[in-house]
Amino acid sequence: MTAKKAGNQDSFLSRLLHHQLLIPIAALLLLTIFNLIADPSFFQITMGHNSDGNPVLSGYLISIIDYGSELAILAIGMTLVTAASGGQDISVGAGIAIAGSVLLRVLCGTNSRPETLQTPVFVAFIVCCIVAMIFGAFNGALVAFFRIQPMVATLILFTAGRSIAAWINNNELPIISEKSFTYFGGYLPGIPIPTPFFIALLCFAITWAVLKFTNLGLYVQAVGINEKTSRLNGLNPELIKFSVYILLGLCVAVCGLIKVSRLSTINYSVIAKDIEMDAILAVALGGNALSGGKFNMGASILGAYVIQFLTTTLYKFNVQSDALSAYKAVVVILLVVLSAPVFRQKISALFRKLRTGSAAA
Amino acid sequence: MANSVSKRGGLSGRLRRMTDTNLLMSITIIVFILMYLGAIIFLKSGFLKPQTLFNIMNANAALIILSCGMTLVMITGGIDISVGGVAGLVTMCCAVYLDYHGGNVFVSLLIALGIGLAFGLIQGYLVAYLEIQPFIVTLAGMFFARGMTTIVHTNPFNVQHEGFVKLKDTRIEIPFLGSVNKHGVFVPAYIEIGVVVALLIVAVLFIFLKWGKTGRSFYAVGGNRQSALMLGINVRRVTFLSHLLCGLLAGIGGFVYFMHVGSGSATHASGAEMNAIASSIIGGTMLTGGVGNIIGTLFGVMSLALIQTIVSSVGLDQAWWTGITIAGMLCLFLIVQSIIIARRKKTNTASAQR
Amino acid sequence: MEKNSVLELRGIYKSFPGVKALQNVDFTLRKGEIHALMGENGAGKSTLIKVLTGVYSKDAGDIFIKKGDREEKVVFHSPEEAQHAGISTVYQEISLCPNLSVAENIYLGRAEGKFISWKKMNANAAKLLDSLGINVRATQQLASCSIAVQQMVAIARAVDMDCSVLILDEPTSSLDESEVEKLFGLMRDLRDRGVGIIFVTHFLDQVYEVCDKITILRDSKLVGEYSVEELPRVQLVSKMLGKELDDMADIKNDAQEYKGDSSAPVYEASNLCSTEGIQPFDFYIRKGEVNGFTGLLGSGRSESVRAIFGADKVTSGSVKVNGVPVKITKPLDAMRNGIGYLPEDRKRDGIIGDLSVKDNIILALQVKTGFFKPFSKAKATKFAKKYIDMLDIKTASVDTPIKSLSGGNQQKVILGRWLLTEPKYLILDEPTRGIDVGTKVDIQKLVLKLASEGMSVTFISSETDEMLRTCSRLLVMRDRKLVGELTGDALNQTTVMNTIAGGGKE
Repeated sequence: MTAKKAGNQDSFLSRLLHHQLLIPIAALLLLTIFNLIADPSFFQITMGHNSDGNPVLSGYLISIIDYGSELAILAIGMTLVTAASGGQDISVGAGIAIAGSVLLRVLCGTNSRPETLQTPVFVAFIVCCIVAMIFGAFNGALVAFFRIQPMVATLILFTAGRSIAAWINNNELPIISEKSFTYFGGYLPGIPIPTPFFIALLCFAITWAVLKFTNLGLYVQAVGINEKTSRLNGLNPELIKFSVYILLGLCVAVCGLIKVSRLSTINYSVIAKDIEMDAILAVALGGNALSGGKFNMGASILGAYVIQFLTTTLYKFNVQSDALSAYKAVVVILLVVLSAPVFRQKISALFRKLRTGSAAA
Repeated sequence: MANSVSKRGGLSGRLRRMTDTNLLMSITIIVFILMYLGAIIFLKSGFLKPQTLFNIMNANAALIILSCGMTLVMITGGIDISVGGVAGLVTMCCAVYLDYHGGNVFVSLLIALGIGLAFGLIQGYLVAYLEIQPFIVTLAGMFFARGMTTIVHTNPFNVQHEGFVKLKDTRIEIPFLGSVNKHGVFVPAYIEIGVVVALLIVAVLFIFLKWGKTGRSFYAVGGNRQSALMLGINVRRVTFLSHLLCGLLAGIGGFVYFMHVGSGSATHASGAEMNAIASSIIGGTMLTGGVGNIIGTLFGVMSLALIQTIVSSVGLDQAWWTGITIAGMLCLFLIVQSIIIARRKKTNTASAQR
Repeated sequence: MEKNSVLELRGIYKSFPGVKALQNVDFTLRKGEIHALMGENGAGKSTLIKVLTGVYSKDAGDIFIKKGDREEKVVFHSPEEAQHAGISTVYQEISLCPNLSVAENIYLGRAEGKFISWKKMNANAAKLLDSLGINVRATQQLASCSIAVQQMVAIARAVDMDCSVLILDEPTSSLDESEVEKLFGLMRDLRDRGVGIIFVTHFLDQVYEVCDKITILRDSKLVGEYSVEELPRVQLVSKMLGKELDDMADIKNDAQEYKGDSSAPVYEASNLCSTEGIQPFDFYIRKGEVNGFTGLLGSGRSESVRAIFGADKVTSGSVKVNGVPVKITKPLDAMRNGIGYLPEDRKRDGIIGDLSVKDNIILALQVKTGFFKPFSKAKATKFAKKYIDMLDIKTASVDTPIKSLSGGNQQKVILGRWLLTEPKYLILDEPTRGIDVGTKVDIQKLVLKLASEGMSVTFISSETDEMLRTCSRLLVMRDRKLVGELTGDALNQTTVMNTIAGGGKE
């Protein structure tokens, strides 16, 4: 009887240990506990007013959901790309620079510092989406039709993207003075929660609906696991891989809008710097295999917020933004080691040994 | 039958019999030579002078070393994107050690090697023995190295250390080569120490990969991990070794870079990992593993550097052109590679079925 | 340990999460004997081999090998260690490196010293290949050799190693008859030199042709060890299946003469040709008919059915389905016209390893239904359950990843996938390859049942008697060309063999 019970516990424990959400949730808990001990004021949220007199919430948690949102949006596209093509797009940062540059170019027209917007934001955003999707299609075409490994194919835009972004605006830095443009990366009047969070929620809802009401998930996973079989079952693997890169392009455009809106201007070499690494980490932290195949979208999104949580925690401890990466790297390595199957096996073998040892004693 | 196959000579037959590695490498070498000849014919400005070639080598000795390490890892089917970060960290640590702690040059070299080895050891262990994806491990390695560089010292500075400056300015003159300058004086061509180190490493690694038993198992592991294991190769050890060597070479490359620029800065060697990957690919290494060659990599680096020199001497010297040309060249080579491999596969299966 | 044994396994246990793969299995191999290891799929043969060669670590039990006169208890942690102890293995899936040359593949990981002499290595390899009659250049890149040659290279490697134990794990599945003969000659030669050979195969003929001893496993347990003379075929099969039945005879009674159907053929093609180097051919199949392509491996039979399904790029030909002209250029076209195709290579073209049994079953129908109409979870589970019951698929649940199932059960899942699409015409390319005898019989029976219900089936198998049992019309292929059509009385072993071999030879 007792033995049976123990067996059940064991299977529950091992199920828990192998659940995909374990790592992001454990990381989140760890960070929360760390902050609670180090300085509980981390969790303080205050109500204030910004320069326009709008009521806004501020605090570290708010900044996490603010900046984590753009990362989460990227993680959606990155998860699909990873699952379908078994590789990652490392050109998303450069892509955001291009998207932002296009957006500003369309909004400003020929003048780099216009008094009023030359084009409605909506139209400019559509143009920016189209351009970002074209660049996505370029990556997708190299991966799907020329069968170049994703990492390498996107290396091209990674190298050239920021240069292209500078070239689009003749290396000028346009500045938008229109107030309403800042809403996307800031706050809507009267709403104290940052807009990116709502944009992200909208994206999640759309993603959820797409995964629920279409076969995107099944197709992407099938293609990611076995391309040949997928083809013999009537799928078109090339088209599916190609499409997910275009979808990622769309996510990049949304991020571009948020990023540019935050500053009302752009800095080609700094905007969205290293964001590709964060997005990939979000996917990995969500427990998705970076070699493609099965994926869990929710885990990736959670992963994105956890990464931002970490970044914010580091900022709070006055870590220089350039040195940030060193700490992040240590945490990432710890997380990846903890989630490595080999490591888990070793640990469980150790536990088993300890248990039998104590039972014998 | 076997005889008739080998006798069916001709260029096309010989091309088909070439291994993937040799074919891709030959293309790179031919492209490099054609580009150089083109530069001599169309842009007379100095490409005839041997020093132009040597200057390209001087400026890219470190990249050659980094790319060699990258090629090793890529042959086994992995990737190491931490090499640029490690090289940057090495320059900063050596610079701080020499100028702020008054150390000597030899110890600074040891520091460089130590940093490289440490990265190689840890990354190799994580990839080979804990079976974590190399991309993620070395991504973290890059983050760590870049962050540490800033933590060690924030602002860039030039190294004043006497012994080091002497070493840095050492020029090895090449006998019988050189050019006559404006005043009619013969200026001998020269190379820096780094170039010698780089070429030496290229030679050693070439022999290692071609004739070394361990070197051949690099290809086996990259060709098919599972098979390599079944064939009795210690796959983990080979994977570990490739990362260890890559780390060590990143350390050496960092020091060579340091000798070339003579300063420490957090932005040193930034993007070098991407240039190293690009060079390896242009040189005929495939990211899927199992195919690649050190000589090809050498020419990959040189081609990349040459095209940048050509672009800037044509007058397209705005900052963005460099990025766009490298990307364009990489794109071109990738597409050519993918087409060649796809066509060869087709003819091979067709002939195998006959 | 017995006196002249070279290898003994005692009380081996091995389990994987949820599966007991080996339970108290003993195995003895003597000097100079060819020992067949038989059992259904999932009986534990592969696991036993992998435990023996150090790919898996065993949970309990001992392995003894004889070194000189001394016996020694050994534990292998890796294939490398097993190789050093004199155990060399040829696996069913070719375990060589495609990017290296033939010579390198032979000597990889066991050359003397730190450096390689290419000249010496190539010369040695050429000599070895020549002595075994393998027709390939030593410097050729392995990827450019045919699968059969690659398999022979793997065998050459194993033979060349100074081994006391040679394990051949289904080496014949990709070899044609003359190559199999060559292999058997080689095996006998090695036996005479005192090497102990473990031979895993599904072909009963081969067992009786070349083996001395048979060890049978069933349901991860040992059934027993027998010498070939004392174990007739029927008994071997019944021991493997674990029941006294005469199913093999039964099935013959089921095969009935095809009555014919006057309406237009379900599928008709003329002058069909694909990029895979087959000659254009004409083909038709009527409602409720079972026909088959036969011919040696590489004769173009798989390529022909792939062309019918649109799996390879079709270069010419006109196709009619139920008398109506249609275009079939990709698999989806074929599926929309009610055609299903079970591919030859299950692992490469059939399963989606990480996905669940359920997803694998619904995949084809789901694709056919369309991108915007996913099945609800309940509906998908219902579909999956239906075929798990119908085909008796052994799986823990509908959500188990298909890769953890045994080969035969995987094949059944793929069969279920196509049956779910309710095809009018089903193509089965080697559905019985590499699976156990019981499942083989099940599948043949199923084919006949489907045909009697009005489905048209094209059946391909390497084993001619299987085809004779099921097909009412055989299309014979030779050298990538359709050379003959056999019906009625011509459907017997001799005629088929003669047609395959061609008139000129005999």
